Amino acid sequence: MMAATDTLAAPPRAATRPTPAIRRRRRPGIGNVVWGVVAWLVGILFFFPVLWMVLSSFKTEAAAYTNVPQFVFSPTLAEYRHVFSSGVGSYFLNSAIATVVSVVAVLLLGTPAAFALSLRPIKKTSDALFFFLSTKMLPIVAAIIPLFVAAEAVHMLDNVWTLVILYTAMNLPIAVWMMRSFLLEVPSELLEAAEMDGARLWRSLREVILPVVSPGLAATALICAIFAWNEFFFAVNITAARAATVPVFLVGFISSQGLYWAQLAAAATIATLPVVLAGWVAQRQLVRGLSFGAIK
Amino acid sequence: MADVCYDEATCIYAGADRPAVDALNLDIKDGEFVVLVGPSGSGKSTALRMLAGLEEIDAGSIRIGGRDMVGVPSRDRDIAMVFQNYALYPNKTVAENMGFSLKMHGVSKEERQRRVREAARLLDLEPLLGRKPKHLSGGQRQRVAMGRAIVREPQVFCMDEPLSNLDAKLRVQTRTQIAALQRRLGVTTVYVTHDQVEAMTMGDRVAVLRDGRLQQFATPGELYDRPVNLFVAGFIGSPAMNQLNVDVDAGALRVGETVVPLSAAQATAVAGLSRVTLGVRPEHLSVGGGELKLQVDLVEELGSDSYVYGHLVAEPDTSLVARAGRGRFRMGETVGIGFDPGQLHLFHPDSGERLGP
Ligand SMILES: Nc1ncnc2c1ncn2[C@@H]1O[C@H](COP(=O)(O)OP(=O)(O)O)[C@@H](O)[C@H]1O
Ligand SMILES: [Mg+2]
Repeated sequence: MMAATDTLAAPPRAATRPTPAIRRRRRPGIGNVVWGVVAWLVGILFFFPVLWMVLSSFKTEAAAYTNVPQFVFSPTLAEYRHVFSSGVGSYFLNSAIATVVSVVAVLLLGTPAAFALSLRPIKKTSDALFFFLSTKMLPIVAAIIPLFVAAEAVHMLDNVWTLVILYTAMNLPIAVWMMRSFLLEVPSELLEAAEMDGARLWRSLREVILPVVSPGLAATALICAIFAWNEFFFAVNITAARAATVPVFLVGFISSQGLYWAQLAAAATIATLPVVLAGWVAQRQLVRGLSFGAIK
Repeated sequence: MADVCYDEATCIYAGADRPAVDALNLDIKDGEFVVLVGPSGSGKSTALRMLAGLEEIDAGSIRIGGRDMVGVPSRDRDIAMVFQNYALYPNKTVAENMGFSLKMHGVSKEERQRRVREAARLLDLEPLLGRKPKHLSGGQRQRVAMGRAIVREPQVFCMDEPLSNLDAKLRVQTRTQIAALQRRLGVTTVYVTHDQVEAMTMGDRVAVLRDGRLQQFATPGELYDRPVNLFVAGFIGSPAMNQLNVDVDAGALRVGETVVPLSAAQATAVAGLSRVTLGVRPEHLSVGGGELKLQVDLVEELGSDSYVYGHLVAEPDTSLVARAGRGRFRMGETVGIGFDPGQLHLFHPDSGERLGP
């Protein structure tokens, strides 16, 4: 009748814990074969443009133009030499500064915010979250003229630090949302245990919470870095010769030299490499995932 | 080590319409093992977290060793806590988990290692000191959580359902180990559980909570022998105590056609009432002997004993359970049951409060 009655006869509590799903080895049926083929087709469809870009970058300009596309050709680095000699260096430097500094700033500003919004929620937390998101609802196009006027007023047009500020602001809402969802996975008892063990808040965050959420931070940093690296609209509108970034450089390539496919492909491949590298480096962190096995 | 005193301690969560813990009074002696027990949502965890400094004390106070804890942050209370999910630091090894608080308190590295090793030996954790929590079994994690608490040699241990994530067999083993360890260390302990068997077997004294209010704070024996109200009577003991609403007739009880005599003290306590709630534990009903007729609905064989479930022939909407020897009774049978007048509990039919001795 009361809770007392279920104590003796109750099955062990542990038995009610969700058991890990048993992975059954499926027999390959006709349906699976069809799905496999579809998956490969879609995969190739997505990957093909990238592959074509890389292949073209190793062709001569003439080979890149053949009407029946060539898959077999003798590769050359000539176009890469062209691109490097056209002064891509300063564009790369601008992109690197804008990306790295803005990502660091986003993590420094966003982590405390995400922490407060996840582990220390208050009544206005959901309002604050909505506010963050709402800043992404205004199309950037609508903001560019005021931004341009403001940047001009403080003499910061064509300045890479303007891009740093804009990219930080652009990525901050997404970063706060992402990191909040990672921090929500952290049981609040961890922080409480650290506090009871005598650690002050800063110490608990550094020694207990941060190591647990570092894969989440890595994922967030990667996303922000990709967005910043590939950002074009701000860059093309408020920078000129001095502060222009790699995407601007790519476009400049098209207009100034006409349509040279192989050269453009080489430039685009170079522009893509840093992001691919960053993803590859972050991968270890990413696939390690949030391993909460020890606490849940 | 210290005594702990809850003095009208109250906690009201923001937005709640009633206190989660309502004017709780508990006087816990130095070195005592006290269990807070009650159904889910009765405020046990909240009461414990108030002591640990993890919830505000909104009214009243809690004193540890005579020192008022209102406004004292948990890191300054010298309390160790074992959480239900253990809350082990996932990126630290077992040794680092256990030594973390010592490190935070500036204990030297050698001293830290010595104390961690000592606690590990006590808990059979020595071979595991270099492992990370995710490479431990549930029972091992539980012991690490205990170890993390005992290396600190704190004033008070707080434990919130520390066994509920273990399987039944391990739970019973660990229960005795914890109780023995506590007795050996002599550290004042407040232990929360929803399991009355755990409460009865582990606690020096047990506090029964319901809806944030203390029902009874007594030794396990006293809770069993003299529950102060119907709630405690029903919560403690398994199967739960039988409850029958019966007529009072000239200093005796009338159950169906049968008259159950009362002692003088019991008779005085029920004077003026025409009905009372009669409580009798399944083990205090003698089956096969008495004049009251019970129709058997179900027999549960436990091996050593059996429980006979049934209803009174005279009053078909009653339901009773009695303990009997094994294999003697069958479903559908009608048997006689008898009461031992010395083992009856009487409760007020409306308030549920205990009447008489
Ligand atoms: N953080 C919280 N905020 C609001 N209400 C809470 C919170 N924690 C617990 N409560 C409420 O307080 C009451 C007591 O909860 P709790 O102490 O956890 O009970 P128990 O541990 O006995 O199951 C319950 O009604 C619960 O819903
Ligand atoms: Mg609880």
